[in-house]
Amino acid sequence: MLQMKAITKAFSGNVVLRDVQFDLEPGEIHALMGENGAGKSTMMKVLTGIHPKDGGTIHWKGKEVTFKTPQEAEEAGIAVIHQELNILPYLSIAENLFLGKEETLGKTGILKTKKMETEAKERLAALGLHIDPAAEAATLSVGQQQIVEIARALSSNAEVIIMDEPTAALTDREIEQLFKTVRALKEQGVAFIYISHRMEEIFAICDRITVLRDGEWVGVKRISDTNFDEIVQMMVGRALGDRFPTRTCEIGDTVLEVTGLTREPYFRDISFDVKQGEIVALAGLMGAGRTEIVQSLFGYRKASAGEVKINGKVVKIRTPYDAIGHGLAYVTEDRKSEGLILDFSVEENISLTNFKDLSANGLMSAKKERALFDRMKERLGIRTSSPELPVKSLSGGNQQKVVLSKWLGTNPSILILDEPTRGVDVGAKKEIYSIMNELAEKGVAIIMISSELPEVLGMADRVLVMHEGKLTANLDNQDLTQEQIMHYATGGGARV
Amino acid sequence: MSSTTAKSKQGVLQKLVPFLGLFLIITIITILNPDFLSVNNLLNVLRQVSINAIIAFGMTFVILTGGIDLSVGSILALTGAVTAGMMAGGTDPILAMLLGLILGALLGAVNGILISKGNVAPFIATLATMTIYRGLTLVYTEGRPISGLGDSLTFQMLGKGYFFGIPVPVVTMLVSFGILYFILKKTTFGRRVYAVGGNEEASKLSGIKTGRIKIYVYALTGFLSALAALILTSRLNSAQPTAGQMFELDAIAAVVLGGTSLTGGRGWIVGTLIGALIIGVLNNGLNLIGVSSFFQQVVKGLVILFAVLIDRKKLI
Repeated sequence: MLQMKAITKAFSGNVVLRDVQFDLEPGEIHALMGENGAGKSTMMKVLTGIHPKDGGTIHWKGKEVTFKTPQEAEEAGIAVIHQELNILPYLSIAENLFLGKEETLGKTGILKTKKMETEAKERLAALGLHIDPAAEAATLSVGQQQIVEIARALSSNAEVIIMDEPTAALTDREIEQLFKTVRALKEQGVAFIYISHRMEEIFAICDRITVLRDGEWVGVKRISDTNFDEIVQMMVGRALGDRFPTRTCEIGDTVLEVTGLTREPYFRDISFDVKQGEIVALAGLMGAGRTEIVQSLFGYRKASAGEVKINGKVVKIRTPYDAIGHGLAYVTEDRKSEGLILDFSVEENISLTNFKDLSANGLMSAKKERALFDRMKERLGIRTSSPELPVKSLSGGNQQKVVLSKWLGTNPSILILDEPTRGVDVGAKKEIYSIMNELAEKGVAIIMISSELPEVLGMADRVLVMHEGKLTANLDNQDLTQEQIMHYATGGGARV
Repeated sequence: MSSTTAKSKQGVLQKLVPFLGLFLIITIITILNPDFLSVNNLLNVLRQVSINAIIAFGMTFVILTGGIDLSVGSILALTGAVTAGMMAGGTDPILAMLLGLILGALLGAVNGILISKGNVAPFIATLATMTIYRGLTLVYTEGRPISGLGDSLTFQMLGKGYFFGIPVPVVTMLVSFGILYFILKKTTFGRRVYAVGGNEEASKLSGIKTGRIKIYVYALTGFLSALAALILTSRLNSAQPTAGQMFELDAIAAVVLGGTSLTGGRGWIVGTLIGALIIGVLNNGLNLIGVSSFFQQVVKGLVILFAVLIDRKKLI
């Protein structure tokens, strides 16, 4: 029903898509994969008329078309659900659903609220969401908001729905619900273009995969005829070998000891320890309180009770400044809002945590700043043409390396990583894993929060599992399975 | 690659906009009245600019952190009145001036504390202190100007003197500019000011004491407002309880004309100097070419609007 052929697109002479093709059949779920910067988003923007194409053709239902605006594409039946959802939190669910297409009394502008609410209720129920449509949208979980967006797309008779990283912020249960909805719609003939980095999901739900690399078309495969390794190889252009490095480090003395840490209503009575050279994973569903624990540990949010010992001594950490002084470093979950200053250059971002070493009597040393940048660029393989480039112009993986750099500069003895590989492409993921391994070998104690269970199993020495603010398991990572972790994460019997 | 070089080129052009604007305005005024370019008149313009520029330098720091300070005019009035009161009462003039500067820094620090520790939005906090400080000025002066400030040479020089033919207020402005430029560009404090405005949460998580930075920044602005107060008091040889009204708007206008972003994190103090010059040249030049004072306001407003539109649309 949709064919894109020989699509070419350049931005000011910089070719980002070269001779790319893509096709979609009715009722098909077609994954679009590639590393960050491979051209997936640009291609979808060309399709939906956000960017004009420089060459090639788009056929929609047998006719050649060029959409000039996303509205045109939507009217023709192609809707996009962006990673950042377009939900207005203080409007009701029904109001969100009918936004811009409100039912009114004739042309008066007077809203038929009752009618819209009844209809919203029916449409959402058809997608498996049973809620009061008059409630504020802010009361919905991210997963439910996504269903509302899908309903909105369907109400404009969408036949193709483009989903960009739809599961990035969902819990496993919500993902299941989303997939159920997607499969049901597929039965009704709705086709999906599914952009994601999560290989497991793609193999679970998609029919075909198209892979792009550096703006070029690499190939298209049926899921049934391919496997994980082949796709990765297509994406990175080389075999990656093992996804995770071999962990070989010696585990030393206890560095960090947490006892009875509590911050209601997020978490209570949390006790654990981390040793030199050890990688401890904090696993659990979203909202289990993992991020909140490390925020309190780092002095960013105040804990109401509990004791923290570092190298056997009780410490009081009231601010991140104190935490850094005690050798802690914290790579936050949200790079853009908590990790980086987007207007700052790459170099300035790395300097941010290292003023003490880069200055004397309050004066910055440009030379030392550059030396630190050079050292980090070399050590982590940051791909940037200049230290003065704004950090926002880098890809997700490189941005994450900048965040890592700024913390490695402080020579931490305890490194906290919150979702260290979220939104990072496969190649950069592997690099981040080797950096973690390298640090552990040097004796750094690492706490890693991760929602990707393969990552947890591949990297951790020990796995702490949380469920609704409580630690439910403390497991050695030997013959551990995803099912076991999920058992404790979903509230199965505790084993601490 | 090519897109990034294009971006940085655009950044340079962006920075040039205030200069081009100033050049354009000077050209037009000079064509209409060549007297504008006489040395005497130019020194006159610079002297008129100096008070607003000094306040605007402080405002630049505040705006770079993502804040705003509406109380600068009231701080100017209160510190001017207190200093003048001390001098009229026989306090050593130099000591009185020093105390005035310290008072300015303290009044500013109060703003900073309200904003960082009390978590009050900068607009609201300084709107309140603007009113309070103005009220305190009126209480202190009983609504009357304070004169009879004695003939201390240092004090008289501050507003009326010349240094190698250059008015002392201009020298004060340029020296302040040099120091503040250096602070923003070369010190850890300057970098932290940008960081706080660029992303406060990320700064905090990087171990920057963001609250302390904000207190310093508002204290600095209070200090500079007090410095401007001394110049003004010296020039007028008296302290007026109504001095400095609307000064906050001219200072904000200078910062914005200079290309500093009101959302914080982006901008530079060179632009503020140029912005203050644009406002000063307009004030002086529109008088010279005989535009009515009523209409002058319209022109000034239009220039500010135009400058911001250029910034928004990135016309160049």
